[in-house]
Amino acid sequence: MTVAARSVGPTTGPRTSSRIMRLLVRSVPPLLVLMIVIVLWEMSASGAGRRVIPPPSAILNAGVENFEQLRRAAFATTYEAIGGFILGTVGGLLVAFATSRWVVARDVLLPVAIASSAIPTIAVAPILNNWFGVLNPASKMMMAALLVFFPVLINVTRGLVEVKPASVELMRSYAASDLAVLRKLRVPNMLPFLFTAMKVGATLAFIGALVGEYFGGSSDVLGFVVLTSMSSGSFALAWAGILIGAAAAIVAYLIVSIIERVAIPWRSELEAS
Amino acid sequence: MTTNPAAAAVRLEGIEQFFTTSAGGMKALENINLTIQPGEFVSLIGPSGCGKSTLLRIVGDLIQPTGGVVEVNGKSAHEARVRREYGMVFQAPVLFDWRTVEANVRLPLELMGMERRQREARVREMLELVELGSFMRHYPHQLSGGMQQRVAIARALALEPTLLLMDEPFGALDEMTRERLNSEVLRIWGQTKTTVIFVTHSIPEAVFLSTRVVVMSPRPGRITHIIDIDLAQPRNDQSRETERYFELVTEVREGLRGRRGSGSEGRLRVEGGIG
Repeated sequence: MTVAARSVGPTTGPRTSSRIMRLLVRSVPPLLVLMIVIVLWEMSASGAGRRVIPPPSAILNAGVENFEQLRRAAFATTYEAIGGFILGTVGGLLVAFATSRWVVARDVLLPVAIASSAIPTIAVAPILNNWFGVLNPASKMMMAALLVFFPVLINVTRGLVEVKPASVELMRSYAASDLAVLRKLRVPNMLPFLFTAMKVGATLAFIGALVGEYFGGSSDVLGFVVLTSMSSGSFALAWAGILIGAAAAIVAYLIVSIIERVAIPWRSELEAS
Repeated sequence: MTTNPAAAAVRLEGIEQFFTTSAGGMKALENINLTIQPGEFVSLIGPSGCGKSTLLRIVGDLIQPTGGVVEVNGKSAHEARVRREYGMVFQAPVLFDWRTVEANVRLPLELMGMERRQREARVREMLELVELGSFMRHYPHQLSGGMQQRVAIARALALEPTLLLMDEPFGALDEMTRERLNSEVLRIWGQTKTTVIFVTHSIPEAVFLSTRVVVMSPRPGRITHIIDIDLAQPRNDQSRETERYFELVTEVREGLRGRRGSGSEGRLRVEGGIG
C-alpha cells in the first residue's frame, strides 16, 4: 500500500483518450521491430534453410491459396483450446477452493496435483486420445485442460491463502463469518492471481490442443495441417498454420487481458500508474 | 444496542498474558487492572514491548488473555465483539484495495446486514464526518496515507460503536498530519460521545487527546502510572500551548522514565523509543 499522495483531484480515474494515446505510443517500437524482422526474413534468401523457412511472401501465398482449409482448421483448434481452457480453469478453481478451505483436501489433493504437473505432457497425449476417442475433440480439450489446470490451481490457491493478516483481524473484529471472509476478502484478493494464471493458460491451451492433434485425430485441425504439409514438403503451408495458431493464442491472451481490466479495475490502475 | 447504563465501558481485572515463543515463554502482561467509564478517552502509552497493543487486542477479543477478567459494557469481550459494539483502527489503514473509499466504509454495514438505503446514508454521513465526502469513488491507492487513515476511522465509526479501539493509528504519519488528525479525532469524539482507547508512542499526542493517560512499562508489561489530564474541554490548537499542557507532558514523560513519585517503582531507567 502506497503512502504517497497520488492524483487526488476530483476526477475519477485516468481519462480514456490519453490512455489510448499512451497505448498507441507504447506499441510503436515493438511493431517497428516486428516489421524489420519480417523484411530481413524476406531478404535473407539463400541456402538449404530457404526451403524449411520460406520467405514471408511465400507463407502469405500459401495461406491465401489454402484459406478455406486453414480457416476450418483454425476454428476447430480454437474450439478445442477454448474448451480445454474452460475445463482447466474451472478444475483448477474447484481444487484450489477445496484445498484452501479444507486442510484434508490440501494434504490429499495438492501433492497429487503437483505430481500431475510433472507428467510429460507429450506422453499423455496418445493416452488421452485413446481414452476420449481420437476423433472426439474432447481428447484435445483434455490435453489443453491439463496444461491450464496447474497454473490456475497454484495461483488461485495463493490468492485465497495469502491475505494480509491485518485484513483477517479486521474481519474478525466485525465478527465476520467464514463465508463472509471468503466472499469479501479471499475471493477479491484472489482475482488478480486468477487473471495472471488465465493469461498464461490462454496460450497454454493452444499448445495443448496442437500437441493433442499431432497424435492423430480429425484432419481439419491446425496440428494436422502443419504435420502433413511438413511431411509432404510444403513448408510454407506448415508455417501458415503455425502462425495462425500463434495469432489465435495472442488474441486469446488479449481477450483475457481486456476482461481483466474490466473485472478488476483497481488492479489495472495500480499497474498503469 | 443494549448497554447497561450502570456498567463501565471497560473493566479489566487481573489480566495476565503469556506468550510461548521458540525462545521460550514470555510474560507480556502482568496484573493489569483498569476501569474505563463511558465517554472517556484513555491513552495507553509506553515503550515498545510493554504490551499496550496486546492489551488493546485483549479488550477487542482478538486475543484471549491467559488470566483475568475482561468486561465491555458489562458483558464479556467476546459477546461485545459478536454484537459489534466496538470499532477498531489499526496502525496501517487496512483498506481493501478492490473497494472504493465508499465501499470500504460500507464493509461493516454489509456484514451486519443493514438495508441498502440506510447503508448509503450512513456511509455518506461517516465520510462527511471525516471530511472525505468528495473522495467517495476513489480507490485507496489514490489517497495519501493520512486520508487512508481517515477512511479507516470512518469505517470504524460506521457501526456507531460504543467503544473505539485505536492502535497507534497515526504512527506512520508526519507530524503535521498527525496533529491535524488529532484535532479531528477530538472533534469526532465530541460529536459521537464514544469511549476511546488509544495506543500511542507519542507523549504530546496522548496528553492532547486524553482524559486519562495510562503509562505502561515493559518486561513484563504492567501499568505504572495513571495520569488524569485535566486540560479544559473542548481542546483546540491553543490547548497545546498552555502551561498546564506542558506540565502534563512533563508528568507523563517522567512517568515513562519511572521517576514520578507516588506509586512508581522508582526505577531510574530511560527506555529507548519513547516519542
